[in-house]
Formats: sequence, C-alpha cells, structure tokens
Amino acid sequence: MYSDLVMDHFSNPRNVGEIPDADGVGTAGNPVCGDIMKIYIKVKDDCIEDIKFKTFGCGAAVATSSMVTEMVKGKTIEEALVITDKAVAEALGGLPANKMHCSNLAATTVHKAIEDYRSKVGAGSR
Amino acid sequence: MENKPDKVVYMDHSATTAVHPKVLDAMLPYFSERFGNASSIYGLAREARRALDQSRQTLAEGIGAKPEEIIFTSGGTESDNLALKGVADALRSKGNHIITSAIEHHAILHVCEYLSKRGYEITYLPVDKHGIVDPDAVGRAITEGTVLVSIMHANNEVGTIEPIAEIGRICKERKVVFHSDGVQAVGKLPIKVDELGVDLYSISAHKFYGPKGVGALYVRRRTPLIPQAQGGSQERNRRAGTENTAGIVGLATAIAMAEERRDDYNRKVGALRDRLIAGIQERIPSVCLNGHPTRRLSNNVNFCFQYVEGESILLNLDLMGVAASSGSACTSASLEPSHVLLAMGVQPEIAHGSVRLTLGYDNTEQEVDYVLSILPEIIERLRSMSPLYSKAGAAAGGGNG
Repeated sequence: MYSDLVMDHFSNPRNVGEIPDADGVGTAGNPVCGDIMKIYIKVKDDCIEDIKFKTFGCGAAVATSSMVTEMVKGKTIEEALVITDKAVAEALGGLPANKMHCSNLAATTVHKAIEDYRSKVGAGSR
Repeated sequence: MENKPDKVVYMDHSATTAVHPKVLDAMLPYFSERFGNASSIYGLAREARRALDQSRQTLAEGIGAKPEEIIFTSGGTESDNLALKGVADALRSKGNHIITSAIEHHAILHVCEYLSKRGYEITYLPVDKHGIVDPDAVGRAITEGTVLVSIMHANNEVGTIEPIAEIGRICKERKVVFHSDGVQAVGKLPIKVDELGVDLYSISAHKFYGPKGVGALYVRRRTPLIPQAQGGSQERNRRAGTENTAGIVGLATAIAMAEERRDDYNRKVGALRDRLIAGIQERIPSVCLNGHPTRRLSNNVNFCFQYVEGESILLNLDLMGVAASSGSACTSASLEPSHVLLAMGVQPEIAHGSVRLTLGYDNTEQEVDYVLSILPEIIERLRSMSPLYSKAGAAAGGGNG
C-alpha cells in the first residue's frame, strides 16, 4: 500500500535522533491517535543548519518525518514555513488516503519547532 | 540478525489459511465437470444435489446438529448478518433488545449499529482484563424485551475463549435465543451445538484450511428466522441463491479434516504458541501479553510492545519475510486503536503497539525461532526512534508487564 519511496524513508529514515542544544523543538500528534512526532532544529543565520526527529507512529508517520528533514535542511526559516504537510506527502509520491490526516504532520511539527525557536529568540536580548 | 528466509513465514492464520491440497482435490470436479445446478432435474444436477446433501451431512455430524439445521452461506460475515437480522426481524413483535459484547467482530458490531438505527436497543457487555464475558452479566442484562444474545466463541484478536456453555444455559433458562460467532473456534475447540447450548452458530471455511467465500449458519429447529435474501427456495427457503457447490464440498472436507486432527493440531500448534510467547517475554522488555494466559486459542499470540506503533512493527516483519497482523488503527481507516484491547482496559497508546501472530499447522519451531531472532532488534530500533521511549524508559525502568 506504500510507495517504494515511502518504504525507503521508513526503512532508512534520515536524520533520526535528538539535538541536545536545539534552538527549537516542536511536537505534534498525540498517543491516542497513534502518532507523535518530535522535531529538533539548530538555526544559524536564519537557516536551518541541522534537524533531527523522533517519531512514534506508523510507516507514513516515520516516512513523512524523514522526508521533511531532508526538505528543510539548509533552507531558510521563511522557506521552511512555506512547506506544507501536503507538499511532504507529494514529495513521497503520495500516501494512502487514510494516512493523509493523522500520520501526515511532519511539516506542522517543523513549523512548531520554528515557532519555539522564534519565541526563544524573541524573549532573548535581541 | 538472520538472513531473510526464502519462503514467507506465514503467521496470520486467524486472517485466513491456505486451502489444504485434499480440500482442493475434493472441490475441483465441481467447477467444470460436475457443474450442474442442484435445483435442476437431470443427472448432472443430481450429482450436485448429492454433493450438497453429503456435505450438509458431514458438517452436521461435525457439530452435532441435524442436516436440516444447516444453512450454507458465503462466509462468517453473512452468517452473522443472517443470524442477527433474521432473528431480530422474526421476533420484532416480542421485543427489541439485543445483548452482545464489546469485543465482537465487526460483522456483529456493525450489524448491531445498523439495528440500533432501526429501533433496537443494544447492550454491549463489558469484558474483564483478559477479554472474558461474565455469564452472570448476561443473565442480569436480560429483560422482558430481550430477543437475542450474541457472544463470540473465541475472540479473533486476542484468542480469548468465552464461557459459551454457561451463557447457553442461562439463555435457555430465560428462553432467549442465543447466537455465537464460532468463526475462530472451528478446528481448535470442540463444537457440539447441544453442549454449547447455542441456537445459532456461525462458521467460515477459510479459517480452517477451506476455501474463502463459503460458510454456514447453524440454526436450531424452531428458531425463528426471517430470510435476508429472497429469490429462490434454496436452503429450505432460508437463503436464496444457487448453491456454491464446490465451496460447500470444500467446507465439508475441511471441517471433517479439522475435527479429525483437532487434538493433534492443538498439541502441535499450542507448543509453538507457548514457545513464541515465552521467547518474546524473555527477550524483549516492556511487553504485555494480551488475552487470557490459559483460556486462549492454541494458535494465538498477541502482544503489546510499549513505546512503538503496531504498523511499524508489521512493516519491519514484512521486510524480513514474516506475515503478521495488528489491531492497530493504522491498518484500517479508523483512528481508534483496537476496540477489543480498549474494552479490556489497555491504554490507547499501548494498544497502538499491538501485534497478532497466529500460528498454523505448517509453522515450524525453526520459524518461531527465526521470528524470535529478528523481533528484539526490530523493537529496539523502533524504540530508539520513539519520542515516548526516552521519557518512559527512565521512569518505567523497563518494567516487564
């Protein structure tokens, strides 16, 4: 039911892990629905210099998490904010219809990490 | 980790089984050679009629019934639909209350939802943490208006065996019609309809090495039942439609074989089940066996692996050549985790991590050991990716539920 590209990202997920001194952390989903994504970003000169994820969820949840990290790594904050959940699913060659809702939250999670980063920067000395 | 085996390690026998070669041999002549319509008058038709009569006799003997109490159907789902709707329609003037359990198959639960929209009151009895229905609760739930009780013989997800004979006695005392979905029980549990005290009993051939698309509903004499398919006088006017002769011959051959080798099956498959359960508990921390430790089908293994999601485990097993299934939401269109596990009191996030491995006659110790050799690494890898694990790992200290 999954495309080869989804299975590739599921079997060999890119950028798995945590960033201990992350500049921003975002979480989306909930355990009752069966999908939780957590994304860590490191920002330098308004660019996402490094990104890591941890995900509890089905094949689609893992694959979208992995894919979004590839899509936003090295991009500016503004570029990352334009990427939608739908765009991530499209980059994977599509997802089964029943996976489009609960398991497709990777871009949302990145946006939350960016929000977290901005709130920290805003609260800082700048 | 061992290399992927050449042949798929099939551990999803509660989903379906392969047609046994003997069953296939018995069926083959009825496709092109003895293809007659059993309702016609000539010799070719009489051959089909004889095959149907013989098959009906075989099935009836297998479950301790009379041949005229058997209705052949297209499978378990149709049998469940016919039982519930047929009895509810027939007894509408007597009452509108139906009692079932929270852990039934959707072929029961969705029919109950449909009936509730048409004015029936449905009581969904709870189960204990092992998935067992309390027979006394059935007795307490029966009212003046109760027309039907439907409780499954054995659960398809967790393999729990329900106290059907006790529930049957209570229903008989209270003069309430009693149906049981026996789809998972045939070939594993003794099925004698009088001992079980059932008035209706659903059977599906493909769960015991018969073909898909054929099943039966046992209906005790004088049980009121309104047919749900019109258009012919087949099955004593209770189920219209030209009989699936080859399928019915397959069902009969399969049930005769299943009954003959039941003890051997339970001994052999039960030993593999116990090896798999013990092996998982030994090798993987933070797991929980779902279902009853002893009152369970001889082929059922169902575990929750905490901090990981079921579909991810299944996909990894599939990549390693193992076919299994899950009660996980992600395998269906629904967001909810398994209704069976939730009814047993399992927390939703833990229920999402369930995997069902159902064994069969052809599984071997080597296959069980292969699964045990790859599963710990799969779980470990997924846990290392899980945001729930790092948090919980420190707090739970690897509690082995």
